Amino acid sequence: MLKFEHVTKVYKGGKTAVKDLNMEFQPGEFIVFIGPSGCGKTTTMKMINRLIEPTSGSIYINGKNILEKDPVQLRREIGYVIQQIGLFPHMTIQQNISLIPKLLKWPEDKRRERAKELLKLVNMTEDYLDRYPHELSGGQQQRIGVLRALAADQPLILMDEPFGALDPITRDSLQDEFKRLQQSLGKTIVFVTHDMDEAIKLADRLVIMRDGQLVQIGTPDEILREPADSFVEEFIGKERLLQARPNIQTVEQVMNPKPITITEDKSISEAIQIMKDQRVDSLLVVDRYQVLTGFIDVEMIDQNRKKSVNVGDILNTQAFAVQKDSLVRESIRQILKRGMKYVPVVDEKQRLVGIVTRASLVDIVYDSIWGDVEAEKQEKHVG
Amino acid sequence: MDSLLQFLNSYWSEMLFKTWQHFYISIIAVIFGIIVAVPLGIALTRVPKVAGIIMGIAGVVQTFPSLAILAFFIPILGVGVKPAVIALFFYSVLPILRNTYTGVKGIERNLLEAGRGMGMTGWERVRYVEIPLAIPVIMAGIRLSTVYLIGWATLASFIGAGGLGDYIFSGLNLYQPQFIIAGAIPVTILALLVDFLLGKLEKWATPKGIRNVKEAV
Repeated sequence: MLKFEHVTKVYKGGKTAVKDLNMEFQPGEFIVFIGPSGCGKTTTMKMINRLIEPTSGSIYINGKNILEKDPVQLRREIGYVIQQIGLFPHMTIQQNISLIPKLLKWPEDKRRERAKELLKLVNMTEDYLDRYPHELSGGQQQRIGVLRALAADQPLILMDEPFGALDPITRDSLQDEFKRLQQSLGKTIVFVTHDMDEAIKLADRLVIMRDGQLVQIGTPDEILREPADSFVEEFIGKERLLQARPNIQTVEQVMNPKPITITEDKSISEAIQIMKDQRVDSLLVVDRYQVLTGFIDVEMIDQNRKKSVNVGDILNTQAFAVQKDSLVRESIRQILKRGMKYVPVVDEKQRLVGIVTRASLVDIVYDSIWGDVEAEKQEKHVG
Repeated sequence: MDSLLQFLNSYWSEMLFKTWQHFYISIIAVIFGIIVAVPLGIALTRVPKVAGIIMGIAGVVQTFPSLAILAFFIPILGVGVKPAVIALFFYSVLPILRNTYTGVKGIERNLLEAGRGMGMTGWERVRYVEIPLAIPVIMAGIRLSTVYLIGWATLASFIGAGGLGDYIFSGLNLYQPQFIIAGAIPVTILALLVDFLLGKLEKWATPKGIRNVKEAV
């Protein structure tokens, strides 16, 4: 969809704003450029609609080199939302929204229809159409700013810190609203911000830049889990990394590696004996290769005691399991959502490797609250 | 009082004609002024370096004594309406030029960038963004310029262009105060009336969305 090839921008006076940038994005991706001021993120974005011309290199949209296109034509095919909203104060909301359709010579009634349709997307009523921007609140104005960029159904939208001027609460709700909108419309977004929380919240992929160069590119999880260098770590902030830690742990790190198991060919009395010895009320059933096949619990044994002999006869094969490299966050959600007492953990060959129980969750909570204190205590002892 | 009524009685139709002539000379000069100064003012916002020089020149022209300018055109264009209109045109340019320049220059940069980034051509930005937003300031310049010109057009009579100046000069030459008054009062009334009408026009021309929102401009 969008591809940068050796893109460099040197401003008059010799300042290099962007240096040999190479990256590629897929359609429908929400891409966030982030970095400290002066890192070249805005320059990079503005090169996409040629508000700034690259000094060398090429940028492709759907395989076409944008530098060979007419800039005005190009910009009409790309939505653009700027920081200070930039609604035209002398135009009504409808005129603002349908500016590009007007330049594209759509007939008046089609423009009005489109404007109505768009207002619905952000839950604003039709009577806003004939109002003027100064009659709207900041949040409403920026909604219109976003709609204006969607008016001609542009597949790609550039956004330059669009929510920066709003108060935190409005910003937060607009972010949610916009992310939903983006997902339902399948737009590709290039979004510039210096707000890390906003970036993590919105981005499918983050592009971290410094001094005109790409430092790291990846999903928010990837970057939080493995910051490329100390700059990224510092930029993300220690606090955020700490907060993110429980989220990015894998199940493998927190599971109990010795689940109580039984094989299908064992008799029910043996199963009862194991439960009694281990003080558990259910057993995971595996075959001889340790592959998880199901589970049994006390209730099931109780109901079928007279009829059956083997574990294999009564086991429930609907055992839900998680992969060992999946995120703790996800498994917790599953446990809570399904009201389960535990989740078996399997490897890529469906072999049982562990179990996450509610007790493991308590451990995680304990660690995240008191873990650091314990670590400090230990350090003091050593010191 | 009697003499004034008598004067009006014998001269009213001529006075109306001269008032019309006066108005006509001023308005034609202003229209030329608008045709030149508005586009020039917008063009100058693109080249701020040149803008300083042109504004300077226009400022100097403004300080030339009006009689001198009128007299200057006699050898080139002879006497009559034509040189008068041209001389007045020079005076009309500066206020309109300066206001157009300031008005357009004062438009928030992010609005222009929004326009450019959305894919408006240079002309579309002028047509849909810059002129509508700068119109109150441009109109103020036009108003100011027109009122000035109605005053200065009195001097046009000096080079045979007619107008209400004729009465004032006759009055001065013949020492007939009623002639001076017959010239001066209609000039004042004309100026006030035109100012009032242009004020209405200014309000009408200002887009509704920015009528009460000054910070937008």
